[in-house]
Amino acid sequence: MNSNLLKQNIAFGIFRALSLMVAGVLLWILGFIIYQGIGVISWEFLTTAPSGGMTSGGILPAIVGTLYLIAGSSIVAFPLGILSAIYTSEYAGNGHIVKFIRIMTNNLAGIPSIVFGLFGMSLFVNTLGFGDSILAGSLTLGMLALPLVIRTTEEALKAIPDTFRTGSLALGASKLQTIHRIILPMAFPNIITGLILSIGRISGETAPILFTVAAYFLPQLPHSIYDQVMALPYHLYVIAVSGTDLEATRPMAYGTALVLIVIVLVINVSASALRKKLQKYHA
Amino acid sequence: MKIHRGAPMYARRMKIRREKNRREKKLQGAHTWVRPYRKKNMKRILEKIVESVLTVSGATTGIVILLIVVFLFREGAGFFRHSEIETGYALCVNGGNPINRLTPEQIKAIFDYEIDNWSLAGGNDEEITPFRMNDISNYYTDEELGENYEFLPEKLSEIISKTPGLIAFVPEQYLPDESADVKVLAGGKLNPADFFGGEIWMPTATPAPQFGLLPLLLGTLWVGLCAILIALPLGLGVAIYLGELAGERVRNLLKPAIELLAGIPSVVYGFFGLVVLVPFIQKTFDLPVGETAFAGSLILAVMALPTIITVAEDAIRNTPQAMREASLGLGANHWQTIYRVVVPYSMSGISAAVVLGIGRAIGETMAVLMVTGNAAVIPHSLFEPVRTIPATIAAELGEAPHGGAHYGALFVLGCILFLITVVISVMAEVISKRQHHA
Amino acid sequence: MLETRNIDFYYGSFHALKNIAMEMEDHTVTAFIGPSGCGKSTFLRLFNRMNDLIPNTRLTGECLIDGEDIYHKSVDVTNLRKRVGMVFQKPNPFPKSIFENVAYGLRVAGISDSRFVAARVEESLKGAALWDEVKDKLKKSAFELSGGQQQRLCIARALAISPSVILMDEPASALDPISTSKIEDLIHILKKDYTIVIVTHNMQQAARVSDKTGFFMLGELVEYNDTKKIFLSPEKEETQNYITGRFG
Repeated sequence: MNSNLLKQNIAFGIFRALSLMVAGVLLWILGFIIYQGIGVISWEFLTTAPSGGMTSGGILPAIVGTLYLIAGSSIVAFPLGILSAIYTSEYAGNGHIVKFIRIMTNNLAGIPSIVFGLFGMSLFVNTLGFGDSILAGSLTLGMLALPLVIRTTEEALKAIPDTFRTGSLALGASKLQTIHRIILPMAFPNIITGLILSIGRISGETAPILFTVAAYFLPQLPHSIYDQVMALPYHLYVIAVSGTDLEATRPMAYGTALVLIVIVLVINVSASALRKKLQKYHA
Repeated sequence: MKIHRGAPMYARRMKIRREKNRREKKLQGAHTWVRPYRKKNMKRILEKIVESVLTVSGATTGIVILLIVVFLFREGAGFFRHSEIETGYALCVNGGNPINRLTPEQIKAIFDYEIDNWSLAGGNDEEITPFRMNDISNYYTDEELGENYEFLPEKLSEIISKTPGLIAFVPEQYLPDESADVKVLAGGKLNPADFFGGEIWMPTATPAPQFGLLPLLLGTLWVGLCAILIALPLGLGVAIYLGELAGERVRNLLKPAIELLAGIPSVVYGFFGLVVLVPFIQKTFDLPVGETAFAGSLILAVMALPTIITVAEDAIRNTPQAMREASLGLGANHWQTIYRVVVPYSMSGISAAVVLGIGRAIGETMAVLMVTGNAAVIPHSLFEPVRTIPATIAAELGEAPHGGAHYGALFVLGCILFLITVVISVMAEVISKRQHHA
Repeated sequence: MLETRNIDFYYGSFHALKNIAMEMEDHTVTAFIGPSGCGKSTFLRLFNRMNDLIPNTRLTGECLIDGEDIYHKSVDVTNLRKRVGMVFQKPNPFPKSIFENVAYGLRVAGISDSRFVAARVEESLKGAALWDEVKDKLKKSAFELSGGQQQRLCIARALAISPSVILMDEPASALDPISTSKIEDLIHILKKDYTIVIVTHNMQQAARVSDKTGFFMLGELVEYNDTKKIFLSPEKEETQNYITGRFG
């Protein structure tokens, strides 16, 4: 009996330690970037273009570029993804079509981001002739975000019990009215959370934009969707590994990493806060 | 019409209303559910339109996958249409040489002076003399070649016929005419056998670029599998802790932490690995460079953790409470219940977690690119630089001329990556399906 | 008047209803009783075509309301459902205010006259004997009501679109005894204006509220008669056995 208890204590102790370790790794990464980067962040850093071979100045063009890409890919992925999720969860039933669509969505979610980069380069940049541009980059990132949007929206819709659907239909509402007036408002908090989290994912992606939009150094801001832009994650990559003077660009890299981390933190925190707030209002 | 009325009024008003109701019903007639109005039809048509839009968008993911397949494989297929020898050049040998074809690896070895006898390439026992265009000055002066090198093909023919063991790498425009003395080696197309079996990846080598998949494939698997070996016990432990042991408060802290871990961009992981992990590994293990497969595996392990933890924890939580209670009721303690009942029951979910984790690790690009050192050689130990397939694409696509063999080769790599991840997705699907039948 | 002729209904290959013919008069309460899985709920749901929502089902025979076949091609299902209200087993108010819950059926019917809607909401809540309890908190969420109140809200919601028939699928099975008796009282009142069909597991309830009772078993309508007759002197032995609790 006692040896069983001992085994249990040892096992549980190990699990607890492992969990602590994972939390520790997170804190380590966050702490390190924040500690190293906080001194670099200044108003000037956020609002000027890089200068002096990227050893001084700021990261404004990269921030602006990332915002453009977020907006562009949202326009691509959100409507398509939400409509697709409504179709699969509300219309398609349980037949082969839905199974097929679900397998396709899972596959799409599993495809590495660099493959999206290749695809985007081949289709948008070369075949359609958009060149390296915000348009090509947004479309590529949008494709990447699509399965994410579809999955979270579908889960949000599936979480609504069927009694609300039958209740509404029994009152003479059509299927579309039921979706529009009952299902979507109820699922709204979870849908919006999913959308915000997919923005978080988009904002940090590097591989898909390498060959579709990202510029190595482009201090002026874009004028049209056919322009190239700098982007935060690519900028971090560039100054971390291929700067001319790595020692001198390091502080810039820490600052850029911190900005990226802060974006991710803000997005995660606001997503869960929003979910809590909206759920309270609805229930 | 006011809403609030006193109680005495209520009964009378209700009666009136009921009368009115009855009138209303009569007015509407008994058959009002038969569609009578055109306005209704308009509305129905509108709804039909919206619904067809929904149906079409349901196919979105299928269409995207189809597009990816078409474009990836189209560009990838272009690779195999290119010649083994650098575009615009040809190889010539003496007419008496029995060799008709050389593999890209043999060509490379010959011009790197690694093979110095034709017998090693399947020919006669004869010394090999590699000849590049700038060697021509050892044989002839500029005057002899003519002002515009118009005599060059002739002279080349002479050299080749004179030296039985010579192999010349010449531009196609100066190619000597084929004769009894001079044989132009058939520059074969790049073929799948050499690609998939090749052990050297040097896409910019001359005269024959080397497109050997093995070092990249092995590098990818090496780094990915090591990452999973590190991440699996860690992730499983955390999943069990989260699913079985942690109280509500700890869960509320740990879950968002794991979500955050999943949200950190890969380039930030790469940067962290580069400035913290790489120097640490170099110092600790006393290595010439810290950028090694091990550094990549460590970073990938952390990146694969959220996937493994989330999927495995879901599986653990889905174990029916009745099963736990049955085990506890038979006198098993909590730990025995976990490893004898809960873990076996959620095995398929845990396997799916592992498979998905591998998929995540194999496809990861930026972090690996930044910390593994990117040497395209077949890895022999964890503490050497390696290069993975995604990192190769990311590092080289920018420099590969559009439409060239190198460009095509990178798309073939993309196809391979795509196929690997499709297989992994399907595997995960099949494995987690099994759970429902268990 | 509700009427069915030779109704057969299949879930896939499962024959759920077998050759059922019955008539229900206006302004009566008809109760369906029978063991679980006997098809009584399936039969009830034929009358507002809720079974249409279940894939892979098949119906033959005729189902008439006031002489019209409700499965005819020209029938608009949403209009049919406005004429035939339904109350479900578990109260299922929408996550909206009490007022908006009752107004929902009017809104989806395209009625936007706010005075008409307000009057109809009040009328319906009064009709469902809920008005006095909620008149001061119409803007509050419907989830703040107790289970019994929620069920009466669902009844009010069904009344608002002025149906002629109300289908009730075990409306009190999820409620406590006091709420149940309130619902039963309500059924008595509603009978004057509506034709009511109720499925119930509770035989005392059937005896208390209904004028006629149909006993279903294994997809067949075993016996259909005045409630008194069914409970006091059933003609069939199966009915007798079920009522006295020998199986079911």
